[in-house]
Amino acid sequence: MIDFIPPFLAYIAGALLIPFLPKGHGRSAALCIVPVVGAALMWPLPMGSYGQIGVMGLELTLLRIDKLSIIFGVIFSLAAFLAMLYAWHIRDTIQQSAALLYSGSAIGAVFCGDLISLFFFWEGTAIASVFLIWARGTTGAYFTGMRYLVVQVASGVILIAGAGLFYTETGSITFDRMQLGSLATWLIFLAFGIKCAFPLLHNWLQDAYPAATVTGTVVLSAFTTKLAVYALARSFPGTELLIYIGAIMTLFPIFYAVIENDLRRVLAYSLNNQLGFMVVGVGIGTELALNGTAAHAFAHILYKALLFMSVGAVLFRTGTAKGSELGGLYKTMPLTMIFCLVGAASISAFPLFSGFVSKALILSAAGKAEYHIVWAILLFASAGVFHHSGIKIPYFAFFAHDSGLRPKEAPWNMLLAMGLTAFVCIAIGCYPHPLYALLPYEVKYDPYTATHVINQLQLLMFSALAFTVLMRAGLYPPELKSVNLDTDWLYRRAGPAVFARVAQAVSGGWGGTTDFVRRCCDVMVAILYRAHGPDGRIARVRPTGAMVIWIAILLLAVMLVSFM
Amino acid sequence: MAGGTEAVAHQALEMTDHLPVLQVLIPFIAAPLAVFLGVRSLAWPIACAGAIASLVCSVVLMLATLDGSFISYHLGGWAPPYGIEYRVDAANAFVLLLISATAVVVMPFTKASVDAEIPKKDHTLFYACFMLCITGLLGVVVTGDAFNVFVFLEISSLSAYVLVSQGSHRDRRALTVAYDYLLMGTIGATFFVIGIGFLYMATGTLNMADIADRIAGQGDNRTIQAAFAFILVGMGLKVAIYPLHLWLPGAYNYAPSAVTVLLAATATKAAIYVVLRFTFSVFQPEFTFDTNVLYWIIIPFALLAMFAASLIAVFQTNFKRMLAYSSIAQIGYMLLGIGFFNLSGLTATMVHLFNHSITKAALFMAVGALVLRSGSTFYDRIRGMGKSMPLTSAVVVIGGLSLIGIPGTAGFVSKWMLVQAAFELGWWWMALLIVASSLLAVIYVWRVLEVLYLGDTAEGAQHKEAPMMMAGPMWVAALACIWFGFDTSLTLEASRVAANGLLSGNAGMAPVPTTAAGGGH
Repeated sequence: MIDFIPPFLAYIAGALLIPFLPKGHGRSAALCIVPVVGAALMWPLPMGSYGQIGVMGLELTLLRIDKLSIIFGVIFSLAAFLAMLYAWHIRDTIQQSAALLYSGSAIGAVFCGDLISLFFFWEGTAIASVFLIWARGTTGAYFTGMRYLVVQVASGVILIAGAGLFYTETGSITFDRMQLGSLATWLIFLAFGIKCAFPLLHNWLQDAYPAATVTGTVVLSAFTTKLAVYALARSFPGTELLIYIGAIMTLFPIFYAVIENDLRRVLAYSLNNQLGFMVVGVGIGTELALNGTAAHAFAHILYKALLFMSVGAVLFRTGTAKGSELGGLYKTMPLTMIFCLVGAASISAFPLFSGFVSKALILSAAGKAEYHIVWAILLFASAGVFHHSGIKIPYFAFFAHDSGLRPKEAPWNMLLAMGLTAFVCIAIGCYPHPLYALLPYEVKYDPYTATHVINQLQLLMFSALAFTVLMRAGLYPPELKSVNLDTDWLYRRAGPAVFARVAQAVSGGWGGTTDFVRRCCDVMVAILYRAHGPDGRIARVRPTGAMVIWIAILLLAVMLVSFM
Repeated sequence: MAGGTEAVAHQALEMTDHLPVLQVLIPFIAAPLAVFLGVRSLAWPIACAGAIASLVCSVVLMLATLDGSFISYHLGGWAPPYGIEYRVDAANAFVLLLISATAVVVMPFTKASVDAEIPKKDHTLFYACFMLCITGLLGVVVTGDAFNVFVFLEISSLSAYVLVSQGSHRDRRALTVAYDYLLMGTIGATFFVIGIGFLYMATGTLNMADIADRIAGQGDNRTIQAAFAFILVGMGLKVAIYPLHLWLPGAYNYAPSAVTVLLAATATKAAIYVVLRFTFSVFQPEFTFDTNVLYWIIIPFALLAMFAASLIAVFQTNFKRMLAYSSIAQIGYMLLGIGFFNLSGLTATMVHLFNHSITKAALFMAVGALVLRSGSTFYDRIRGMGKSMPLTSAVVVIGGLSLIGIPGTAGFVSKWMLVQAAFELGWWWMALLIVASSLLAVIYVWRVLEVLYLGDTAEGAQHKEAPMMMAGPMWVAALACIWFGFDTSLTLEASRVAANGLLSGNAGMAPVPTTAAGGGH
């Protein structure tokens, strides 16, 4: 009778059953099986829409299978599996259930075909994921989680407002390509933008990700933002505005990433920067560009997870992820170091690693569509990525000055998860065709042309050379907590200063405005309280006479209106 | 008027056809029976049996009128307009069902709460008053005779004053509150009867259908306009339209828990039904003064209630009083639905009548249980009770969500209808106002939940779950809140039929049958 089961149900069922399993290896294994079951539910289904149900005159579509949703479904399932494996040692029911619900919601959102179901899954990711932050148990994590939750739920509220308006305008709630223009579509766009960490809407990301637990960050890094990229690719491909938003996104996090000391926060900034590439791809909107976005999202989830895993393993063993407190760990954590280098090479787009074959699609789409400035920005951003993620992360964690820390190698499950992820990163880089076959459109692209490889190697080698020379020349004193970037001399001087100034001005202005609004609110509440509070004018217990006066007044009013 | 052509008038010819009168008569007889038998232990079973029998009557009546027809019952066999007519259509069958079902559900709760709050010697009299109050409310709703409405209104009100005053065993202030309630209620009833007097002056009849027939086309008659004003204001007081609400918070607050549940769930609802009946069936919507009053008086005061009363509720520090103010705000929604004056609006009013009733019944029963264990309803005395009374507190959560109108609860259905009605009129700003006032509900509900769950445990309270006699009915009401949030077939259908009937105006006098009219008793 029922010939399909939406994959997200597997996750929800898993999340509900997990608390009843005894804590231990059995439960951890069950957690790893859930994504496999989810993928198995999704895999055999042919293209098309399933599970239409009518609720209050609206038709909801629970399952829509097409090439775009398939690739995101595959990578989300894979990421969920790897994250569960990485978290094998966790014995915390709340974290386990939350991680399952969170991945399930993201997968549900990818496969749903209407805005209402999207809203439910959208909020599902928000609410489930916050527990991964709270699970850290510190006061800071509590407040960070609260801030994160407010932003995420706000995004959902804006989404449902937009969906409601969209319904009244068009009579449809289909989650499909739409044109920016009306208030409805702008609201939906804004909702996606918040989750996608558009510039100025991005702060929640760098705030929340480093605050989560070691394993929580790995899960968080995979889903929320990539879900937003998927939503943008589904609804707003070819929207030119996205190109410029994306270009800015690739640029500005670099500067923050360079001056940041907490390595997980560095990774959060670089995540934001990588999202920029995908957003540019969506903005260009050609087949090549959308392929690039999908491929990059796929590769990115893996190498970003790998980087978060390796830094997480360091944090797990040493208790810190601060660049200034780490160093020299390669002696005792060689495997973690190797995996971290694989992730770094992938994100830097070294040939034979996954970033190389996916980022190239977006760059060449930008070139083909004649966006030369954007292309240049992306190239510059690539160099920046190499600095802060490719060199800074492994260098400060595993090499640099010897911190004297001699931690044990990461536990077996972390090593296994990292090893698998690293393997996939390299496999995609060496043999991209299976990935290309998954992409939404047909791929006529070969990344391994001589010019492309040489170009990329030049870019990387010169950046590395610059770094090395500066290191040798002693221009990077080890006590400096951040490496100043970049091949571009101008930005090294002006960038941070300008950004700091601008940030100060913005934050000052923002602080002033919020202060003002808060004071206004306080005054308003005070006035309301004076009138409506228990002893206020309106709520006080009145003598019977007052009531009689009101009766007279109301009678008079009714009479007047009647006699008119 | 001509609507009678499609509506079928049933005639009372068989035993089951006496249901309209049995509906009222059973609780009416149960009341003196409890007193005359004089056996204290029998009072509650008698009241219980009366309530159940009357529920059976109303279920049968509801089923019979769901097709849009009406039942005309001639009391004592005297044909209207001279005799008294009971007339049941979908609108009042729905309210009858609501009242009698509430009565049955709260009965076990009443037993537990009365045992704890009222001295033993007064039990028989208490149950007698309780049944009389129900009789009055049912009578107000079932009758088709304008003066009869007044008579039943007084029966229910007088017994309600007595019931409220019974709270004096817990707090002496109940006496002054009951006295206030008496004064104000009497003024309201007087206004109402003055209005009826005007109508009698203008038409010479008291039968509602007959009045409607005779005043048709007299829309500019000043006497009739004055009659409408007096009836609306008089009844508005019983409804607790916003500035006429002053009796309500005190009465609800100091009355014994069971009485508050009964009054909150049914009394104002019966009054709203009377307003509906007079606005739409007796006075015709074609009268311009009728619609003018709806737009210029009802809607502004409804909005005022939604915001002012909600704000008061936000700042309250007493759970029971907070719920009373929230009731005033919710009555605003019902009045707003009437003011919209379209099918969706009236449907929203009818649905909200029902949904709010079960929601408030659940919440006030939870308050009753909290009073039983902590001895007070102030926030600082019920702090942290969520841990020791998980069942009761869960009911507060469910009821609170329904009060806000979260999807999946009954409250959502009615608010959704109301918002739809606003959109049908093109008043999107009104929809925004409705949502905005719901946000105030979020605040006042959250405050209670915070007190119950997040507060550190208060001293001096008995930390024990409520007895099953209380928790059971409470959960029936709470589950009903959820059930009717998903399964809207009964509530929405009945409301739609009722709203349709109301909007189509007066069904006209029932044709007098050729056989023996009615059939007496």
